[in-house]
Amino acid sequence: MRFIFKTDYAQDINLAKHGGHVFWYSTLMVLLIAAPWLLAEYSLAQLNLVLIYAIAGLGLMLLAGFTGQFSLGHAAFLGVGAYTQAYLTGIGVPFLLALGCSGLLAALIGIVVGLPALRLKGIYLGMATLSFGFIIEEVFARWESVTGGNAGKSIASIVLFGYDIGSGVGFYFVCLAVTIACTLGILNLLRSPTGRAFVAIRDSEISAQSMGIHLAYYKTLSFSISAALAGLAGALYAHNLRFISPDQFNLLQSIDLLLMIVIGGLGSVHGVFLGAIFLIILPQGISAVKGFLPELIGQAPGLKSVIYGAVLIAFVLFEPMGLYGRWLKVRTYLQMFPFYRKGMFKRQKSFQKSDRLK
Amino acid sequence: MNDILLSAKNLSVRFGGVLAVNNVSFDVKQGEVFTLIGPNGAGKTTVFNLISRIYTPTTGSIDFMGPDGMLKLTEQPPQSVASLGIARTFQNIELFEHASVLHNLLIGRHTHRATNLWQDLLFTSKVREAELKAREKAEEVIDFLGLQHYRDTYVAGLPYGVRKVVELARALCTEPKLLLLDEPSSGLNVEETDDMAFWIQDIKHELGITVLMVEHDMSLVSKVSDRVLAMNQGEMLAMGSPRQVQNDPGVIEAYLGSVDDVSSLRRKASGHDTAVGAA
Repeated sequence: MRFIFKTDYAQDINLAKHGGHVFWYSTLMVLLIAAPWLLAEYSLAQLNLVLIYAIAGLGLMLLAGFTGQFSLGHAAFLGVGAYTQAYLTGIGVPFLLALGCSGLLAALIGIVVGLPALRLKGIYLGMATLSFGFIIEEVFARWESVTGGNAGKSIASIVLFGYDIGSGVGFYFVCLAVTIACTLGILNLLRSPTGRAFVAIRDSEISAQSMGIHLAYYKTLSFSISAALAGLAGALYAHNLRFISPDQFNLLQSIDLLLMIVIGGLGSVHGVFLGAIFLIILPQGISAVKGFLPELIGQAPGLKSVIYGAVLIAFVLFEPMGLYGRWLKVRTYLQMFPFYRKGMFKRQKSFQKSDRLK
Repeated sequence: MNDILLSAKNLSVRFGGVLAVNNVSFDVKQGEVFTLIGPNGAGKTTVFNLISRIYTPTTGSIDFMGPDGMLKLTEQPPQSVASLGIARTFQNIELFEHASVLHNLLIGRHTHRATNLWQDLLFTSKVREAELKAREKAEEVIDFLGLQHYRDTYVAGLPYGVRKVVELARALCTEPKLLLLDEPSSGLNVEETDDMAFWIQDIKHELGITVLMVEHDMSLVSKVSDRVLAMNQGEMLAMGSPRQVQNDPGVIEAYLGSVDDVSSLRRKASGHDTAVGAA
């Protein structure tokens, strides 16, 4: 069991709370940098996907997990980023500039979507963002001069400072750099007044307002940052797949993103990464066990969706805090061994909040 | 006139057919504890919500002595109220449940934020400095209300009595000029209510903050209030010192019913008398 004796306010503010954090995160960093030489080509490609989904997930986590605003249309922002990147690099704009524009355009559209969010709550906001997703998907399919329509659009590999970095190791490092920058940005936001304002809005709008937090501004801000991150992820996603079409940014993709952060654990940055790993590994796992199942089940067309649904229901029922919550429990068990009790993480039901739609 | 901090003039609010507040006027003087009392549904909390700009009055206006002199509070957007120096607590505690006590207090420092989004995103040295300063101020409030024990506890796990104090602490963190307390003693036990009375007096004397509160516990009201306004059914009944208001016939009638009402509830004695007479 670790006790941290705080003797300085800076200990509260620093990202690494104690030596253990420094050690483990440095180890993780070293492993991530060494990954191209440790992993096979296929595994590296999967790791790339994990990073890309994690970037989008960070955005959605900020919105859903920290500001309490749900979005069922996040794939649309991913798509906006992807198509902007495809179009701009197609006409010869340098990679970094195009990446910036992808994020920026997604952020602007995020502001537009954020405006109705000022009036809508809970399930109604879900419906509004859902229909926004449909609209954008339709735009991708119809605006053929820019998006290539349903035939899809292909995109060249990244050219950075005159070098074609291709799709292997170079692309991995681009993704890693963007992921680390985004993660640090989000962590910084969360330990500063802006992030606290988001959390305040999530927990009680009325008292957030009476503390002087401008609800409209911060909700819109949250939407736009969230959309910008999804846009960045979309740009990398486009480079990763080399080919994009409107059906990659449909409702299922939005649900995948939401599934990812709920399974990872709403309200935790760790959860984003755990969720992303889970989301990428699950299909692999399914196809691995498919062969061992009876043919009737193994070859059934909707197997993947059924398993996804079942996993989500199981998490909501048994582990609402997601994978990160489970990890906290395991860690506490190990730290306190043998004194861990079963009810340690049970929270008292909150008072008089039963009628609030969370 | 200079010592008036807040002045409500002819306030009325109508929700559909219900006249929740009807022509209410009062002045709150700098440095006093002003209490609103009245039976349930008298419109006390509505008056609070008018001052904190959650509602807009149908007619009437509220003036507040802001940093640059008197201003019309009713023309300010709701989120500006805090930065003008008005903080409030809620009747049904409205804390940020999934955050620690310290975090809640730091949110109370929001109006004093000195950094913008981009500085926050990069966590520049200016943000770090501001964060340290905010923590120092939060720590002062923690010391003032004796919350050291709960500093890093999540609000979701705290008992009701402590939550009440945390909410008071969060309001104090905004460094208000006027503190609105909506039933500070509801749900508290006798000792906690006594503590609350001490704190309200300390807030008035040590911090020099004007307090406007809604309260039902008359012992607390008479202990801490300088002036009391009694309301019933949205209307003003009486205003004055706690003793004056308690002895006001209109107030007694509002709480207990009038003498006529009481007699109407009594069992009719006359029939009984005749029955006895006949026997």
